[in-house]
Amino acid sequence: MFTNLLSLVIWTPIVAGLLVLTTGGDQRAPLARWLALAGSLAGFLVSLPLYTGFNDLNGGMQFEEMRPWIQALNINYHLGVDGISMLFIVLNSFTTLMVVLAGWEVIEKRVAQYMAAFLIMSGLINGSFASLDAMLFYVFFEAMLIPMYLIIGVWGGPRRVYASVKFFLYTLLGSLLMLVAFIYMYFHAGKTFEILAFHDMKIALSVQMLLFVAFFLSFAVKVPMWPVHTWLPDAHVEAPTGGSMVLAAITLKLGAYGFLRFALPILPDASRELAWVMVALSLVAVVYIGLVALVQSDMKKLVAYSSISHMGFVTLGMFMFLGTNMNQWAVEGALVQMVSHGFVSAAMFFCIGVMYDRLHSRNIADYGGVANKMPIFAAFMMLFGMANSGLPATSGFVGEFMVILGAVQVNFWYAALAATTLIFGAAYTLWMYKRVIFGDIGNSHVAEMKDVNKREFLVLAILAITVLGMGLYPQAFVSKMHLSVNDLIAHVAQSKL
Amino acid sequence: MDMKSLYLLIALAPLAGSLIAGLFGWAIGRRASHVVTILGVAVSAVLSLKVLSGFISGQTEVFNGSVYTWLTVGGHEYAVGFLVDKLTAMMMVVVSCVSLMVHIYTIGYMQEDPGYQRFFSYISLFTFSMLMLVMSNNFIQLFFGWEAVGLVSYLLIGFWFKRPTATFANLKAFLVNRVGDFGFLLGIGLVLAHFGGSLNYNDVFAAAPALANKTIQIFPGVEWSLMTVTCILLFVGAMGKSAQFPLHVWLPDSMEGPTPISALIHAATMVTAGLFMVSRMSPLFEMSDTALNFVMISGTITALFMGFLGIVQNDIKKVVAYSTLSQLGYMTVALGASAYSAAMFHVMTHAFFKALLFLGAGSVIMGMHHDQDMRNMGGLRKYMPITWITSLIGSLALIGTPFFSGFYSKDSIIEAVAASHLPFAGVAYWALIIGVFVTAFYSFRMYFLVFHGKERWMENHGAHHGHDDDHDDEEPSTDHHHGLGPNDKPHESPWVVTLPLLALAIPSVLIGFFAIEPLLFGDFFKGAITIDALKHPGMHELAEEFHGPVAMAVHALSTLPFWLALSGVVVAWFFYLKAPQIPAAIKQQFSAVHKVLENKYYLDDLYFNLFAKGARALGTLFWKVGDMLLIDGLMVNGTAKLVGVFSRLTRKLQTGFIYSYATTMIIGVLGLMTLWFAGIILR
Repeated sequence: MFTNLLSLVIWTPIVAGLLVLTTGGDQRAPLARWLALAGSLAGFLVSLPLYTGFNDLNGGMQFEEMRPWIQALNINYHLGVDGISMLFIVLNSFTTLMVVLAGWEVIEKRVAQYMAAFLIMSGLINGSFASLDAMLFYVFFEAMLIPMYLIIGVWGGPRRVYASVKFFLYTLLGSLLMLVAFIYMYFHAGKTFEILAFHDMKIALSVQMLLFVAFFLSFAVKVPMWPVHTWLPDAHVEAPTGGSMVLAAITLKLGAYGFLRFALPILPDASRELAWVMVALSLVAVVYIGLVALVQSDMKKLVAYSSISHMGFVTLGMFMFLGTNMNQWAVEGALVQMVSHGFVSAAMFFCIGVMYDRLHSRNIADYGGVANKMPIFAAFMMLFGMANSGLPATSGFVGEFMVILGAVQVNFWYAALAATTLIFGAAYTLWMYKRVIFGDIGNSHVAEMKDVNKREFLVLAILAITVLGMGLYPQAFVSKMHLSVNDLIAHVAQSKL
Repeated sequence: MDMKSLYLLIALAPLAGSLIAGLFGWAIGRRASHVVTILGVAVSAVLSLKVLSGFISGQTEVFNGSVYTWLTVGGHEYAVGFLVDKLTAMMMVVVSCVSLMVHIYTIGYMQEDPGYQRFFSYISLFTFSMLMLVMSNNFIQLFFGWEAVGLVSYLLIGFWFKRPTATFANLKAFLVNRVGDFGFLLGIGLVLAHFGGSLNYNDVFAAAPALANKTIQIFPGVEWSLMTVTCILLFVGAMGKSAQFPLHVWLPDSMEGPTPISALIHAATMVTAGLFMVSRMSPLFEMSDTALNFVMISGTITALFMGFLGIVQNDIKKVVAYSTLSQLGYMTVALGASAYSAAMFHVMTHAFFKALLFLGAGSVIMGMHHDQDMRNMGGLRKYMPITWITSLIGSLALIGTPFFSGFYSKDSIIEAVAASHLPFAGVAYWALIIGVFVTAFYSFRMYFLVFHGKERWMENHGAHHGHDDDHDDEEPSTDHHHGLGPNDKPHESPWVVTLPLLALAIPSVLIGFFAIEPLLFGDFFKGAITIDALKHPGMHELAEEFHGPVAMAVHALSTLPFWLALSGVVVAWFFYLKAPQIPAAIKQQFSAVHKVLENKYYLDDLYFNLFAKGARALGTLFWKVGDMLLIDGLMVNGTAKLVGVFSRLTRKLQTGFIYSYATTMIIGVLGLMTLWFAGIILR
């Protein structure tokens, strides 16, 4: 029924972005905004049939499209989604809509370019999730860096140049090694970049190890995993609110997705051999980064570190091997955590953005008693803070809960270390909340703060509904991924030596 | 209406009220907000009573069914669902009835507060969460309710969020509870991993007997009983929620919240969630004597040592708070002695008389214009007769006066511990016996200080208008409350306050007398609570000695607990009405002991310095040294610098002068030729 749905999902926002660019300078900013809203809404709407039309009983690729692209090298425009990637395309299209609303009148300079950058990036991200050709994936994956680089570099804070260059170099260096790995596999698989063909080829363990290291450097930077995470706090602090939202909600997920789509199924033996490293780094992320988040004085940095800590659950869940089998609780928990973190971190960054727009400070010490002036906002932020602390009935709980319960089955101490997030997560989130929101009015600037306007209310309300909805009925997400995850587990369980 | 819809209605009615008051309270106003929330809770209360009476008359069957599938993993379904048996029905009645009383009381207590609608929304949300907790048929929903009541407790302790002490207390409460939840969640994890993959109570309990001798290795090479580890981890959760040593530290601070929630959440219902959970898990706990001993030790320490702290408090709410801690300790000891029914019995009676005492204290606080210091009270019985009588009833019930409800439940606990065969039971027994004296002493110290003696608010005027300097720092620095003015007199509270007091006084007196026989020695809890009668015959032995409630009360007059309670009252009377110089002298004489008690055994300081400050120090270390110095400084920026240095060097090679390129070429050619010649010669 939908023959070219994935293409539509990819190109709708890109075309919309180009259209927005044609509005030109800031004298026509209102037009750019409305056009961007229409484009992102269209992008979200065309992504919805992916969810509604998805066949739960099929674990393989759906909505496939196949066209030759560079025939000399056998590179194809091959698209398709399974129950894993489909969720992230919908999530991404949704986040883009939120970002356009979030930046509405906040961005005053180069509005068209700002909106266009997000729309184009949204299409490119959709492309990465939908690619079934490694070269196509690589192109989307790298192209996505450019708009993000610009978003931080043009609309960012005072240290935006340092942050954007750090972000760019960090992620580029990693992905160059991925390209090398792809080229090796291209020849090894008989001159094809088909990802599904990669999944089926035999590779010697020593080669698998090398390829794994290449993938690791590329994806671990994106996730980011300790110790290649230090670009993220800098990038977040300097990025505009919308940039932080997309960065946390989506681009980090691409790293984790890379492990799931490439490293694990192509290199199952190396993945098993090196799982302990991944687990160790993930647990460091949960505990060490959790403690680092506790002592941040900058709200955005705090949430950025909290993102790293939460992403630790994702990589932990993916590499929770019981014998040769990945643990289903843990893998699905990792995926749920990815989606949930998309909502929660976007919401947290948006909340900080709302306050920043009023006070122009991200410093916790500059606030205090915000609840007195912004009660509606305070209520929303309490909800998202609780979701960030993993409270049941919010989406934040489900993924962490599943990963911890999966980890108990593998090793009690993995679970025990991971479960410290119950304490640390609540500590850094609620301590920040206490200092910023509670208390008597902290200073004359806080006294002048006004509660959320209609646009902000809309964004907060939509995000609140998704966070609660996913917490109360995660089955809506999990049922889509069951068969794909089962296939993945069965696939990874087989040795490829 | 089928049972499932009925139970859904019971749970959801308060939620509906909460949402309406919370989301639309600004539009519908105060009156409509309290009407709608009270209506919601009243529906729950009435229907819960109907369910309980159905169980008592035998018309209602145990219900166990799911509502909707929350999650499926690995072929197992994890659903939101209800298990309603007599244990649940009893808890539902306690929760909804006390909640209803507190709702009504709140109309009076919070009438001047700007957060009126918010408060009603919170307490209704709490009622919903607590009902979901007790009605759950599986571990996940239990954890949901568990965390949700924790959330509402957090919100309500910090209700007056302008006060620094309140927001300190609520953060502390949440985090200490999270430490408990840490253990609880791991316990649930072990259940999932080893009990067949289901998290439904019935499936887990069915799988348990086969696992009695199963061991797991938590530490490599050391075999531990699965059941013991699981039960202790689950109990760690209960230690948090039910404030057992060493996770009890949050409860006294929680008194920062408005008094109605101290009654509802921090005395009658939420803090009993841990005890309810252990009773519910009795099929598991019965299989591990080690775990039961652990439970008993924790309870014993709480029961005795928290009682001591009640003696030195001057804040009326703090006295009741420490008394709650101590009573929770009694219940926990009962759990350890496999007297689950006695523990739940005490949960019920305690819910009524402790809610009464708290609401009475709240009424006193209102009468005193929000002054909580007992040193400024005295002689209030003349001004607040209803509060006086009901508080006296509550105190008599608390200290275990024969025929009062607290007597039956507390005496049963002491007897059950005496009959227990666990190694620690001997110590526990004597701790509880001493505790009886302590309880009576601090309860009537409070009673006499508040309601009898000199009317001290006259003389202490200047003192409490400023700030009492020897108060501990949790003493609320009230915003719009000032204590009595120069010409004010204490006044009795309005009917919305006194009505709940009267309503709660009735069960505080009567419920023990009527409930003890079916609850403890009948088969009320049959099927809900499991006792391994061979290993733990205590309750059976008790049943043989029981000859009706009257005989029990009469017999008690010749036992040690009664005389200890009586002497506690007499000593309190003597110390605080007859010879007030004596306690002052004792305080002087034993100032070191007094200091330890006043500082709560220094546990708060220890935790704060060790954990709160320790975590921050560690975080700073990781951040400054790990992230900034090593990773960013050395590796990232170091690499960048290295590239910079390298490119500067290579840049020097590209000078742009022909002669330097020519020289390089000649050197290269010479080098190659050398190699070539060397090759020829060597060949």
